[in-house]
Amino acid sequence: MTPAVAARTDATAVERVFRDAYGQAVATLIRIFGDITLAEDAVQDAFVVASDRWRSDGIPPNPAGWIVTTARNRAIDDLRRSARGRELHKQLGGLATRSHHPDTEEWGEDGPVKDNQLRLIFTCCHPALRTEHRVALTLRLLGGLSVDEVARSFLVSEPAMAKRLVRAKYKIRAARIPYRVPDEADLPSRLASVLSVLYLIYTTGLDAPERASLRSEAVRLARALVELMPDEPEAAGLLALMLLSESRADARTAEGELVLLRDQDRTRWDRSMIEEGQAIVRACIRRGRPRPYQLQAAIQAAHCDADSFEATDWPQIGALYDHLYSVMPTPVVALNRAIAIAEIAGPGAALTTLDAIAPDLDNYHLMHAARGTMLRRLGQRDVARAAFERAAHLAATEADRRFLAQQIEELAEAGAPMQRPPGGSTASTNETRAR
Amino acid sequence: MSTYAVEGEVPGAPQTPEDMKAFMGRVIALEAEMEASGTFVFGGALHDPDAATVLRSGEGNVVMTDGPFVEAKEHIAGFYIINADDLDAALAWGRKVVDAIDHPIEVRPFRATGRVQA
Repeated sequence: MTPAVAARTDATAVERVFRDAYGQAVATLIRIFGDITLAEDAVQDAFVVASDRWRSDGIPPNPAGWIVTTARNRAIDDLRRSARGRELHKQLGGLATRSHHPDTEEWGEDGPVKDNQLRLIFTCCHPALRTEHRVALTLRLLGGLSVDEVARSFLVSEPAMAKRLVRAKYKIRAARIPYRVPDEADLPSRLASVLSVLYLIYTTGLDAPERASLRSEAVRLARALVELMPDEPEAAGLLALMLLSESRADARTAEGELVLLRDQDRTRWDRSMIEEGQAIVRACIRRGRPRPYQLQAAIQAAHCDADSFEATDWPQIGALYDHLYSVMPTPVVALNRAIAIAEIAGPGAALTTLDAIAPDLDNYHLMHAARGTMLRRLGQRDVARAAFERAAHLAATEADRRFLAQQIEELAEAGAPMQRPPGGSTASTNETRAR
Repeated sequence: MSTYAVEGEVPGAPQTPEDMKAFMGRVIALEAEMEASGTFVFGGALHDPDAATVLRSGEGNVVMTDGPFVEAKEHIAGFYIINADDLDAALAWGRKVVDAIDHPIEVRPFRATGRVQA
């Protein structure tokens, strides 16, 4: 190995360690100094020191602890130098005043560090912050993404994202959003906000190939949350849901085009993710506290169980959707349930269900795509085509639009030159559940 | 300890004397609870926007017009200034206010200036 190659390898390793250590280090520094920006700056400084030191001395056994200690010493130095810092320093008393040596300092992996991360998750996902601010803060502070990376993930400019983060941090400071794990009474609703932020990060990563890194980031954060809150089955359910969805990521596209569940090459599904996800689902079932994320994961687990589309256990999936709808009666759940109904009771029954929710989801392309699919299966080609046209008009991504345009084209080809076969057609067996 | 303004929108005054009595009973009980816990700093209701006068600095003198600032469907009907350790504590009081007055409220951190100590 040439020295140049060794240096490059080290740089990558150091980069990876930074990513992993960032959230822990920032969380701990906020705990010590009570100021997010100060914590971010100190951790950034420590990374600069580390990238020099570690390349010559190697990565220390506890890199996150090393970063925390170095960052803390840096922050204390800075505070001693500025007037505002001297005031803050006085307020902090003895808490943060002692300098530590990063190579000898003991930093436990459990206990305080984990508590700090959990505090930070709840602060970033506080319901008093608007959703896009929660997402941005979570990716920046816990995920360790740069402002530019967060900006690119949400298709906004770097200055716009920087401004968004500044506003969010201003609200945390001015309104004193607490840095603490919520009380028992508030925990369910506050945890729900954390889970929805993580899931939103994941689903945003599904929208476009260039956002794929958001999905792995969401899985990483969900995994961390499960470690921090092992007794919360919904956190485990969310992780399982993400893993089971992620297991099919490669099979979901072929040459840039969407491939529906029905047509996916199931040998391209990631078995290790499926096994991990299904094991979590089984553990959740044993706990017997089914809630929306666990039920959605169970539905995904049932899909992943089938070797072929025909082998899918639709009655089980239908029963799980009934259960999901009973705890989460939203139009989108009803839409997905209708797809299962089509496989169990036929497209007519599914269409009846869809017509009931159509007014609520009139602006949602997947509802119109589902209606189009059912109408096509019932032989009502002209109405089906109109539904697909509406879906294509509403679709948010290029891949969805191309897919829907293809459905419209097929319906036009089969409908216009040839006589429509009586009683409908089975020409296309495509399903609306693209993912 | 931070200080928060808890402002109520739209007076939506109770229609009947019985409703009014019940409403006032809830508000008085809540204020007593705030007082007893050391939360209450100051508070009260504002008269109707029809009673408002707007003052603006003009060319060398202050210009006076009939108020309010803007004709809006919603206006501030009253406020509480309370002490709370953090936003969660302030929001817990805010929920009690909503329960008592049955109207949306806004909770905003209060920044002390001049002689007011917060």
